[in-house]
Amino acid sequence: MHITQQPAERHTLAVVVDNEPGILARIAGLFTARGYNIESLTVSEITEDKAVSRITIVTSASPPVMEQIIAQLERLIPVHTVTDLTVAGAHVERELALVKVAGTGDKRIEALRLAEVYRARVVDATTSSFVFEVTGGVDKIDKFLELMREVGLVEVARTGIAAIARGKEAA
Amino acid sequence: MTEQSGADILVEALCDLGVEIVFGYPGGAVLPIYDAMFRSKRLKHILVRHEQAATHAAEGYARSTGKPGVVLVTSGPGATNAVTGITDALMDSIPMVVITGQVPTALIGTDAFQEADTVGITRHCSKHNYLVKDPAKLGDVIHEAFHIATSGRPGPVVVDIPKDVQVATAKYTRPGPIQHKTYRPALKADKAQIEQLVDMLAAAERPVLYTGGGIINSGPGASQLLRELAKITGAPVTSTLMGLGAYPASGDQWLGMLGMHGTYEANMAMNQADLVVAIGSRFDDRVTGRLDAFSPNSRKVHIDIDRSSVNKNVRVDLAIIADAGHALEDMVRIWKSRQHPKPDTADWQRRIAGWRAVKSLDFPETSPNGNKGEIMPQRAVRALWEATHKRSPIITTEVGQHQMWAAQHFGFEAPNKWLTSGGLGTMGYGLPAAIGAQLGNPTALVIDIAGEASIQMNIQELATAMQYRLPVKIFILNNEYMGMVRQWQELTYSSRYSESYSESLPDFVKLGEAYGWKGIRIDALADLDDSIQAMLDHDGPVIVDCRVAKLANCFPMIPSGAAHTDMILQANEVSGEMDDEAKALV
Repeated sequence: MHITQQPAERHTLAVVVDNEPGILARIAGLFTARGYNIESLTVSEITEDKAVSRITIVTSASPPVMEQIIAQLERLIPVHTVTDLTVAGAHVERELALVKVAGTGDKRIEALRLAEVYRARVVDATTSSFVFEVTGGVDKIDKFLELMREVGLVEVARTGIAAIARGKEAA
Repeated sequence: MTEQSGADILVEALCDLGVEIVFGYPGGAVLPIYDAMFRSKRLKHILVRHEQAATHAAEGYARSTGKPGVVLVTSGPGATNAVTGITDALMDSIPMVVITGQVPTALIGTDAFQEADTVGITRHCSKHNYLVKDPAKLGDVIHEAFHIATSGRPGPVVVDIPKDVQVATAKYTRPGPIQHKTYRPALKADKAQIEQLVDMLAAAERPVLYTGGGIINSGPGASQLLRELAKITGAPVTSTLMGLGAYPASGDQWLGMLGMHGTYEANMAMNQADLVVAIGSRFDDRVTGRLDAFSPNSRKVHIDIDRSSVNKNVRVDLAIIADAGHALEDMVRIWKSRQHPKPDTADWQRRIAGWRAVKSLDFPETSPNGNKGEIMPQRAVRALWEATHKRSPIITTEVGQHQMWAAQHFGFEAPNKWLTSGGLGTMGYGLPAAIGAQLGNPTALVIDIAGEASIQMNIQELATAMQYRLPVKIFILNNEYMGMVRQWQELTYSSRYSESYSESLPDFVKLGEAYGWKGIRIDALADLDDSIQAMLDHDGPVIVDCRVAKLANCFPMIPSGAAHTDMILQANEVSGEMDDEAKALV
């Protein structure tokens, strides 16, 4: 017997929650307990009184499972709203990465040149290394990292995705 | 207003919420609360013998009274022992509030004595949970916990209270009606949707009402409305395990339970229906069987208070998010206001009568090995029903064959009389649940229909019943096997009975007597009725060890992953070995 899997679609969810202890564990645990996948999860307070947080989750699932994910998230007591940005319409996704590259000579020059192409800023430098700060969509950052591997990538720190709907309305 | 300790605040809040009974077990991290209860004298505390039993007793109390069950246990092992019952209550939507002690705030995270991460452990097996770090917030949290446990889809809520928070002082004021920031379950359905459903029902030729525990949870009024809806629409009614009693088993339109051990007529009606109306039921795998063959030609409507239940297992044509009782009330009202005549379902009734004639619940009166005089377990359940049904007893069960035989052969006429662990399937549920039910219904006849294996999982509760002089009855269908395990081994593993024999059984009569109970053994069919009468005549707790045919199996049965039409009606149809796909199914 073999275990088969359903084809999945990528969705970006904006989840607005009460900023209470354990909320992140509640959300992350729901995903593991029910076998949903998390590609990216970011969280930050969004109100002046720090009472409310916004969690951006990128997940992939088949359409029926996606419907379940949203219903299960809405069922959690501290959840205010769940918006499927992928379904809601055009939205912007951004991620920030800090990328450490070490090398000398041609590789160092190439790294700097590529950074310029990708509008990455140098936020730290030594005679044999740089730390670049690069923002953009997932594809852009993936591509930048792919190039940096060739010129001496040492390590990378990525924030995960923050996303927001285009236009004047709140999600 | 003067300040009082967190423990006193807790007791006062519980009293304000109308709590009368607390099921619990003391320990180091709840000593301040036990002292507060001792001083206040306003709560009746039931001392169980194991924390798991406290949770099941609270479930039994809740399911039989409609009021939330309350549990109080200590930190660490007290809390972890309660986890099974908390999960059970979550699966079966039972309103319950569990208060757990915790080590003092300063010690949290230090691996202190009897420390466990209770909120972490119970986060995904409770409807919600709290760690209270400030006594000033304790009163509000307790009130909110009860609100969440009892409203919407009911469930267990855990409140973890560190010991220093129980001792520290603060002011408590009784809050007004709870207006939660985010939690606002919808009770009333959209009127247009109900109208659409009424139109569908009026137009259906082969309708089935597929009802579940949501109707019981909605209160006795919902069961009355279901009966009225069935009457005016003529639609036959089937029910899940959890919904038994909402529609009377003696009713003309009753199809019996559906699903894995449901009746032939219920499953065939589901299979052939053109309209299935699910009310407070959740298309559980035990109900649907093979999903792609489940009720293939019907339009489906799902009324549920929990949106996440809709389209989880089965896609439906119309989803109505509402409390079952409210939705039923609206359906009956709109049906009547439109003056719909009772639809002509004569042809449908005829087909159902044909399936009924199969008499799928019939069973051979002699045991499979041909021993004369042995008691068939189904016969024992029917004899119990005969002797008790006029008293409208509350029946609890453990989990296994006896549970299914009870569901099949004990007819329930009213809601809140049938307490069983449906979703989680927890062996050891029945005795503590019976204790809880007896406390909530002091004059009722409460019987735990048990198996000899399950009963041993919480057998220590014999002492609890004795302590509080609770006249509960335990009726063990003793076949010396974990019967359902053995049945599956026969079906799937060529009768290789791996560890399913109940070896070294105690003498249940002597065991009962050791705890102060009356013990009765029934060995022969000829003694069955008289011994049941002796059980009923005894004004105190009785444990009955009813020796039944050892190899009897529970039929009808739809094997896991099979379609409703692939029902096994009798034992001689059982094959020996199944393929890997079947073996992987639960």
